[in-house]
Amino acid sequence: MPPVDETGRRRPSRAPRTPMPERDPVERASDFEEVALGYSEEEALAEADRCLQCANPTCIAGCPVNIDIKSFIARILERDYAGGVAVIKERNALPAVCGRVCPQEEQCEAACVLARKGEPVAIGRLERFLGDYDLSCDLEHRCQPEVGPDSGRRVAVVGSGPAGLACAGELQRFGHAVTVFESLHAPGGVLTYGIPEFRLPKTIVAAEIEALRMMGVEIVTDAVIGATYTLDELMSEQGFDAVFIGVGAGLPVFLGVPGENLNGVYSANEFLTRVNLMRAYEFPKADTPVWRGRKVAVVGGGNVAMDAARTAKRLGAEQVFLVYRRSEEEMPARREEVHHAREEGIEFKMLCSPQEIVGKDGWVTGMVVTDMQLGEPDESGRRAPVCVVGSEHTIDCDTVIVAVGTRANPLLTKAAPGLEVSSRGYILTDGDGATSLPGVFAGGDIVTGSATVILAMGAGKRAARAIDRYLKERG
Amino acid sequence: MFSIVHKRQLSESVFEMGVEAPQIARKARAGQFLMLRVAEGGERIPLTFSDWSADEGWIRFIFMRVGKTTHMLSHMEPGEVLADVVGPLGTPTHVEGLGRVAVVGGGVGTAVAYPVARAMVEAGNEVTVIVGARTKDLLILIDEFEALPLKELIVVTDDGSAGEKGLVTAPLARLADAGAIDHAMAIGPAIMMKFCAQTTKERGVPCTVSLNPIMVDGTGMCGACRVTVGGETKFGCVDGPDFDGHLVDFEELMSRQRVYADMEREADVEYSKECRCHL
Repeated sequence: MPPVDETGRRRPSRAPRTPMPERDPVERASDFEEVALGYSEEEALAEADRCLQCANPTCIAGCPVNIDIKSFIARILERDYAGGVAVIKERNALPAVCGRVCPQEEQCEAACVLARKGEPVAIGRLERFLGDYDLSCDLEHRCQPEVGPDSGRRVAVVGSGPAGLACAGELQRFGHAVTVFESLHAPGGVLTYGIPEFRLPKTIVAAEIEALRMMGVEIVTDAVIGATYTLDELMSEQGFDAVFIGVGAGLPVFLGVPGENLNGVYSANEFLTRVNLMRAYEFPKADTPVWRGRKVAVVGGGNVAMDAARTAKRLGAEQVFLVYRRSEEEMPARREEVHHAREEGIEFKMLCSPQEIVGKDGWVTGMVVTDMQLGEPDESGRRAPVCVVGSEHTIDCDTVIVAVGTRANPLLTKAAPGLEVSSRGYILTDGDGATSLPGVFAGGDIVTGSATVILAMGAGKRAARAIDRYLKERG
Repeated sequence: MFSIVHKRQLSESVFEMGVEAPQIARKARAGQFLMLRVAEGGERIPLTFSDWSADEGWIRFIFMRVGKTTHMLSHMEPGEVLADVVGPLGTPTHVEGLGRVAVVGGGVGTAVAYPVARAMVEAGNEVTVIVGARTKDLLILIDEFEALPLKELIVVTDDGSAGEKGLVTAPLARLADAGAIDHAMAIGPAIMMKFCAQTTKERGVPCTVSLNPIMVDGTGMCGACRVTVGGETKFGCVDGPDFDGHLVDFEELMSRQRVYADMEREADVEYSKECRCHL
């Protein structure tokens, strides 16, 4: 047990935040193994010991799904790891995933009391520790949330990304029979096709999805809703009592500059899908190829841009440039990802905006860019970049990866008359995820536009509770 | 799921395959395609439906053995199961109210021309079909076309071993010049579609083409299939595969189709070696 003072009260450790063990940047930048190794039991105990166990914990409100952080850290201190997992799983079905990819520094950790004066408790790393502990147990010893008595109701969940999985887990716990429809051949959505192996190993994603299956969630792959079945058919012919749409915002946005269709120009979606979902880094052992550039320019400043840049490096690129039109401060990527990218030798070209992609014989040979400077804040609150006249120059590259965001895919909504969408194609809902169609709910990126894994999961859970109420009210 | 229920070799390297997929068969329309994966670790490839039966719950497609994936597929037999079949994808071919139509099928594209011609006939159009191939042995689906109530079936081969000697553009030009067609639809290799588009454009006849760019997911997610149509970037998978042939940038399409040519050859050579080892 942790040290206590003479009155028998626990004295939290004042040690600095326990660093995350990581692989050497040079070594790791040439393979796809995970970068962050995770806390050992000792490290987890040392870090948990920094938690003040506040009477009024502020961290919990910082979590989009309100995990009882104080309690799971208390369980770690008691070395009751299974108990800790159970606390998390009350609120979050995917702790090993969220412990890795949540932006904790903006959420729970930003709200930690210790953050006011120094470094917050590494809540995310502790969550990952428990998530990994759970997955290291035999299947029968894993934490299995209790499933309520069968309600006799069936719910279809469209999309098996974070929103869909969170919604499915919650609905199954309420006793409803859930079928998840996934358009690709493997479930997980962005966790599977988007986030690279070195940040989120696919075995972890598969194991967490397996846990949902063990709860009774059925997953149907190769089913494109809007094509294989329409929304209406799910309700009328397939006998579902309600539907949750969590299809994400999957359509890639391009720059709209000349030369964008040259060979060697990828959307980040395509590049990452080839590498992550199709495992093109194992080509020719895996059948899907990917063009391995020697000099790669990645356009964008978010986490996806970092993932693409670091992936390109791992595929053997000699030089990888990250081209972003604002300054590093405005970059939406997590600091940790930026730091990792830099460590791995990604070259940052900030305040730099693409004007044209140039090529020879159909292939990219360079990207013409101009320097930018920051002007007045725009509607996003960030200072708008303005071209510096006469600063045009060419970056020598053979590959360009465009990672400037995604938008709504109209495939499902076009085939769903009566489902109200915004002018940009996002589904309109009330605060609980109810759409304009009775019994049809939606959440995640297809409602909000691109956001984070945990926000999508939060939306999925909220919608699950609303669906539960809807089904009960309908009787 | 996705059991192979039919296989027929149409020429040395062209095969017709039928797969049990009742839900897809219910929804398939002429001009739409499916994505398939032969086995775990396999590539996702798009193939356009050549036929389907909603009643019997199967879909068919025709493919040419060109790379590792189609090579593997050609070794699959009825009773075996494909890992994945997804569909129907893409926008169906517009078949209503076209009037007098020439449907041109070249090479393995003839497989797609068949259901398109059939749907156009069913929609009440007067349909002439032009089928082209390098040589007689490579002509496919002639019996099937003959069974349709067509205005005319014109067969063309490069070497004159069957039908007219020459290219499909010759009879197409003839029909257009005679004022005998209101619309053309061309499905085949990009180069053939390019010349069909050119032939019809010069003669003021609208021409739809069914493009076959590289795809990964087939649902609009990756953008690998982007094509320039009338100066705008379109996605072949969701905006197409049919486009106004007069507006398509065929040079770009052909260049983009060759992105992985070297790598695909490498994979197929490796696979062929393995196959020989297993013999």
